[in-house]
Amino acid sequence: MSTVAEHSHDDHDHHHHAPSGIKRWLYTTNHKDIGTLYLWFAFIMFLTGGAMAMVIRAELFQPGLQIVDPNFFNQMTTVHGLIMVFGAVMPAFTGLANWLVPMMIGAPDMALPRMNNWSFWILPFAFLILLSSLFLEGGGPNFGWTFYAPLSTTYSNDSTALFVFSVHIMGISSIMGAINVIVTIFNMRAPGMNWMKMPLFVWTWLITAFLLIAVMPVLAGVVTMLLTDKFFGTSFFDAAGGGDPVLFQHVFWFFGHPEVYIMILPAFGIISQIVPTFSRKPLFGYASMVYATASIALLSFVVWAHHMFTTGMPVATELFFMFATMLISVPTGVKVFNWVATMWRGSITFEIPMMFAIAFIVLFTLGGFSGLMLAITPVDFQYHDTYFVVAHFHYVLVTGAIFSIMAAVYYWLPKWTGKMFDITLAKWHFWCSLISVNLLFFPMHFVGLAGMPRRIPDYALQFADFNKWISIGGFAFGLSQLIFLALLIKACKKEGEPVSDRVWEGAEGLEWEQLPSPAPYHTFETPPVVK
Amino acid sequence: MAETTPSNGKLVIKLVGIVIGMFGFGFALVPLYDVFCEVTGINGKTRDTASSYEAVIVDESRLVTVEFITRTNTGMPWEFGTETRRVKVHPGEVAQVDFYAKNPTIRNIIGQAVPSVSPGEAATYLNKTECFCFNNQPLAAGEEVIMPMIFYVDPQLPKDITFFTLQYTFYDVTEAAATTVAMNRIGE
Repeated sequence: MSTVAEHSHDDHDHHHHAPSGIKRWLYTTNHKDIGTLYLWFAFIMFLTGGAMAMVIRAELFQPGLQIVDPNFFNQMTTVHGLIMVFGAVMPAFTGLANWLVPMMIGAPDMALPRMNNWSFWILPFAFLILLSSLFLEGGGPNFGWTFYAPLSTTYSNDSTALFVFSVHIMGISSIMGAINVIVTIFNMRAPGMNWMKMPLFVWTWLITAFLLIAVMPVLAGVVTMLLTDKFFGTSFFDAAGGGDPVLFQHVFWFFGHPEVYIMILPAFGIISQIVPTFSRKPLFGYASMVYATASIALLSFVVWAHHMFTTGMPVATELFFMFATMLISVPTGVKVFNWVATMWRGSITFEIPMMFAIAFIVLFTLGGFSGLMLAITPVDFQYHDTYFVVAHFHYVLVTGAIFSIMAAVYYWLPKWTGKMFDITLAKWHFWCSLISVNLLFFPMHFVGLAGMPRRIPDYALQFADFNKWISIGGFAFGLSQLIFLALLIKACKKEGEPVSDRVWEGAEGLEWEQLPSPAPYHTFETPPVVK
Repeated sequence: MAETTPSNGKLVIKLVGIVIGMFGFGFALVPLYDVFCEVTGINGKTRDTASSYEAVIVDESRLVTVEFITRTNTGMPWEFGTETRRVKVHPGEVAQVDFYAKNPTIRNIIGQAVPSVSPGEAATYLNKTECFCFNNQPLAAGEEVIMPMIFYVDPQLPKDITFFTLQYTFYDVTEAAATTVAMNRIGE
C-alpha cells in the first residue's frame, strides 16, 4: 500500500511544477501546507499574546502604577485574551485538524481545498486589523475580551469598529474551517473506516466543528448588534432605548460557553491518541469517550448563565444553571477515568508527548475542580471577577489546551519532518514550562480568594508578595517558550535522527501504519483498506 | 470512494444553512429574551404601557412595602427625585407617588425614565395606571415638573414578597429622540 502511495507521489512530482517560494504558500490547497501555515501562525500569535501577558505581569510585579497607564493595561488584557483565544488556540487546533484528519481517515486531502486556502489566508488580515487598532489615537479595544456592553458601546472609542470587523473575519475563517472538517469526515473516509472506528481526535474535532458552526454565527450576530448600537443608533443593549445590557451577556455567553468547549474537546482527542500509544494498551472505553464528548457538547448549550450568577437572576434560574454546570463534570470525569484506566497496568514509557499528556491530565483536572467551585452559585458571589477565575481558566486553557497542543506537536512532529526532534531541548522545554506555569497560575488561586479583582493595573499591598512570584513565573514561562521556538526551527531545518515509519513503538492508526516518515506531500491518493 | 461518491455540495449547503440559521437565532434571542423577561420578570422590567384598574379585589390581610430609588445616568444633568421614599400598600390598593424633575442646564433635554424592580420576580405584579416612564420627557432649559405615578400591586403577588424596590433611572435621550419629540408635543 505504502509503496503504491510512494510511487504515485513520485510520478506526481515529476510533471507537476508547484509554485515555489512565497507563492507556494499563498496558492497552496494542500492540507499539509495549510496545516503548517495554521500552526506557525498560531505559534506567532501565541508569542504575540504572550508578549502582552509579559506587559501585564511587568505592571503587576509590584503595587502602584509604574510601567503602563491603565488604559493601555486594559488594552493589553483585552487583546491578550482575544489573540490567545482566536489567534493561538483555535488556529492551532485547526492546523492539527488539517494535518491529521485526512491522514487518520485515509483521505487524500480536505474535501474543500480552495476554501481551506481562503479560511487560512483571511486570518492574518483579521489580526492585522486588530493589532493595528492598538496604534490608533485613543488605542485599541480596552473593554476585556468579553466586550460587555455598555463598556464596548457607550464607553468605547471609534477603534471598536476595527475590533468588530476583525472578529467577523475570525468568525468567517473558523466557520469555513469547521465546514471543511465536517464535509471531509462525512464524505472522505476510506472504505471500512466506519464511525466507531474513527480515531478519537477525528471524533472530537467533528463534534467541535458542529459547535463552531452553531455558535460562531451567534458571535457574529452579537458583534453586529454592538456595532449598530455604537454607530447606528440601535438600542439592543441600551436601557434608555428599551434595550437591556444584561441581554448582551446572555447572547455573548450563549456563544462563549460552547466556545470554551471548542477550545478543549480537540485537546481531549489528542490526549486520547497519545496515552494509549505510550501505555501500549488500547484506549479504555472508546465508545464511552465518544458519548462523553457528545454529551459535553450538548450540555455546553444550557450552562451559559453560570458566567452571570451576580446579574440578579431568580433563585430557580441560578439553581438550574448551577446543577447543569455540575452535570458536565460527569462526562468529563468519565474521560479522566478512562485515561487513567488506559495507563493502569500499561507498559508506560515517558517520552516527551506522554509527559505533556500526563501533565495535561493532572493540571486540567485541577482547573476542572476550580471550575466546579465556581459553579456553586453562593460561593461564586465571592469568586466572581477575582484572580480565582483567572487561575481557573488559565489552568484549563494553558495547562489544558496549550499543553495538549504541545503534546500533539511533539507526538506528530517526527511524522511530519521524518526526523526526531531535539529531545534534550524538549525536556528542557517541558520541565521549565511545567514548573513556571504552576508558579505563574497556582498563587492566583490564593490572591483571588483573598479578593484581588481581575483586570485592574494596581492592587492592595497585601497581594504584593504573591504577585511578585506570579510575575516571575510568568516571565519564566514566556522564556521557556523560546526553547520551543528553537526546537521547532531545528525541526523545520530537518535536523535530527531519521525516524521509522511508526516513530513510536506503540503507535497505532493509519498515519503511523500506512504512511512513511516523513509523510509525503500527497498521501492516500488511493484509499487504504481499513480492516 | 468511487462507488458511493457522496455529494460535497449538498452537505455544504446544509451546513451553510445551519450557519445562517444560527446567525438569525442570535438576533431572535433579542425578542425571545423580552418575552421571557415579560413572563418571568427576571430583568426587573415593568410593563411599558398603562394597566387598567378594573375589578381588582383589595387584599387587606397584608401590607407590601414599596421603596423608591431615583437616579440619573452618567452625563445626565437633571435633578430627579421624590419626597416619598417608601409607601405601604395593601395589594390591589391604588397609590400615587409624585416624582419631580428639574433641568438645571441652559439647553433643552429630553429624558427617558427606565424602571427596574428588585427582586425581579415582583416586576410582573406591579401595575401602573399612569407613569412618566411610558413616554420620554422633554424639559426646556430651567424647566421643572412634577410627575405623578399611579400604581397598584397585583393581589396575586406571592406571599413571601413583602418588600420590593422600584428604581427609576433617567437617561439623556435628546439625540435619539430628536426626531420624535415634535410628535409627542403635538400628542399632548
